[in-house]
Amino acid sequence: MQDFAQALLSALALVITGDGELWAIVLLSLKVSITAVVFAACVGMPLGAALAVSRFRGRRVVTVILNALMGLPPVVVGLFVYLALSASGPLGVLHLLYTPTAMIIAQFILVLPIVATLTRQTVEDLDAEYRLQLRSFGLSRFSSVPTLLWDARISLMTALLAGFGRAIAEVGAVIIVGGNINHVTRVMTTTIALETSKGNLALALALGVVLILIAILVNAAVSALGTASTRGATTGLAHA
Amino acid sequence: MPSLAFLPPFASTPLARTEVLTSHQSLLPLTAEGLTFRTGDRVLVDIETLSIGSSGATMILGPNGAGKSLLIQLLHGLIVPTTGRISFGGRPIDTAARKRQAMVFQRPVMLRRSVASNLGFALKAQGVGRAERAERTARLLVEGGFEKVADQPARTLSGGEQQRLAMLRALSTEPELVFLDEPTSSLDPQSTLAIEEMVARAVKRGVKVVMVTHDIGQARRLGHEMIFMHHGRLTEQTPAANFFDQPESAPARDFLAGQILT
Ligand SMILES: Nc1ncnc2c1ncn2[C@@H]1O[C@H](COP(=O)(O)OP(=O)(O)O)[C@@H](O)[C@H]1O
Ligand SMILES: [Mg+2]
Repeated sequence: MQDFAQALLSALALVITGDGELWAIVLLSLKVSITAVVFAACVGMPLGAALAVSRFRGRRVVTVILNALMGLPPVVVGLFVYLALSASGPLGVLHLLYTPTAMIIAQFILVLPIVATLTRQTVEDLDAEYRLQLRSFGLSRFSSVPTLLWDARISLMTALLAGFGRAIAEVGAVIIVGGNINHVTRVMTTTIALETSKGNLALALALGVVLILIAILVNAAVSALGTASTRGATTGLAHA
Repeated sequence: MPSLAFLPPFASTPLARTEVLTSHQSLLPLTAEGLTFRTGDRVLVDIETLSIGSSGATMILGPNGAGKSLLIQLLHGLIVPTTGRISFGGRPIDTAARKRQAMVFQRPVMLRRSVASNLGFALKAQGVGRAERAERTARLLVEGGFEKVADQPARTLSGGEQQRLAMLRALSTEPELVFLDEPTSSLDPQSTLAIEEMVARAVKRGVKVVMVTHDIGQARRLGHEMIFMHHGRLTEQTPAANFFDQPESAPARDFLAGQILT
């Protein structure tokens, strides 16, 4: 108990004094996860929206697969990305293994199904409401996609935050493809795992505190968006 | 609604035809022949011939489920008929033709944007340039009494205000023909009156109105011509003057007598 209290105190000291090593790790975590989410947004939102408005055979199957992919175990994604990037893998020539780029790729794969699925759901709901009116304005199914995405912007922000929450908190994928190399690929979650096993509770706890703060901030942002949407009535999910 | 087949995107519009459309010659009457709409083995709309003239208000009356909404959605080109042809100035209802028409729905569809951008959106969809859009939007806001709430999200307006905005938006593009699908059915009397005044003013300006209603009083107040529908069929199309005194079809007679049609 004594140990724990001591560790917690040193942890808080690290956070408050802005310890260099700590913040380098936090910044790398943010950089990797935000980059992964931005790329997932660029691919996942148009993909989800196109899926929402298109009618083709096999659409249901694609939807179900995408839904299932939301629950991909990070360790398995890590394993596949590792195999692809390893020296003998198809992308081995790129020498990306154990770099932040490898971690971004892994998190991109984890976040993409979340963004695409939530976008599809949101846009589909909004399209059900807007469809006839937009056709009446003379917009076709596909030319109404930008309108649907824009009008669903608050719900889509929530989807991106959900994706970010998953990315920043996962450990399995980044530890496999990043390797947890000091000053290179060490992010919050992998450092917590390593330092805890080494008995360096202060740094582990300090990172834990930061991670929890980030989680709280993300949730606060989601609920603030929710409030904004009911007041301003600007989400795809809220109906009058 | 798995059976609703929407028009293919970018229905082909050769340039020459678009040019004809942008001129101000009338595309009315709107005519339909052999028009049916089926899902599975149910025939929901079945109309041999129909011609909607170029002026006044044509009211479509009939019991719930008669196919009134489906009919005007077919005529506006929002859904594709199972069989039959619709002709608007000798052309099929494609995107360009639809832009000369407008529709207001029973529940107003407000975009999640400001009041002003709801108006601007319809104009933009018609290809009206930015400067002209701003000017016309400003004028419409004044005309509709929406200046004070111009920047407010449209969905924060009351139901009646939303429907007035939907009317204003539909008329903003100066359509030749407007379809109204029971626009007042969920409104209070005051808002209903405001909508009816907008309809009457539009008709006076020369806009052709085709309006679905279940309100006999409203049909009497606004209509120049009556269409009665029952079980997807058109039982009669009669001038208003005759319809209320001497309806030609038995279902219309029973409906006017206050009977509940099945
Ligand atoms: N998209 C659709 N698919 C299948 N049936 C429909 C569809 N839309 C309406 N219907 C059915 O068609 C009939 C006529 O509907 P509608 O045109 O909405 O009637 P109303 O005269 O009350 O406006 C109803 O029985 C309705 O359930
Ligand atoms: Mg109806």
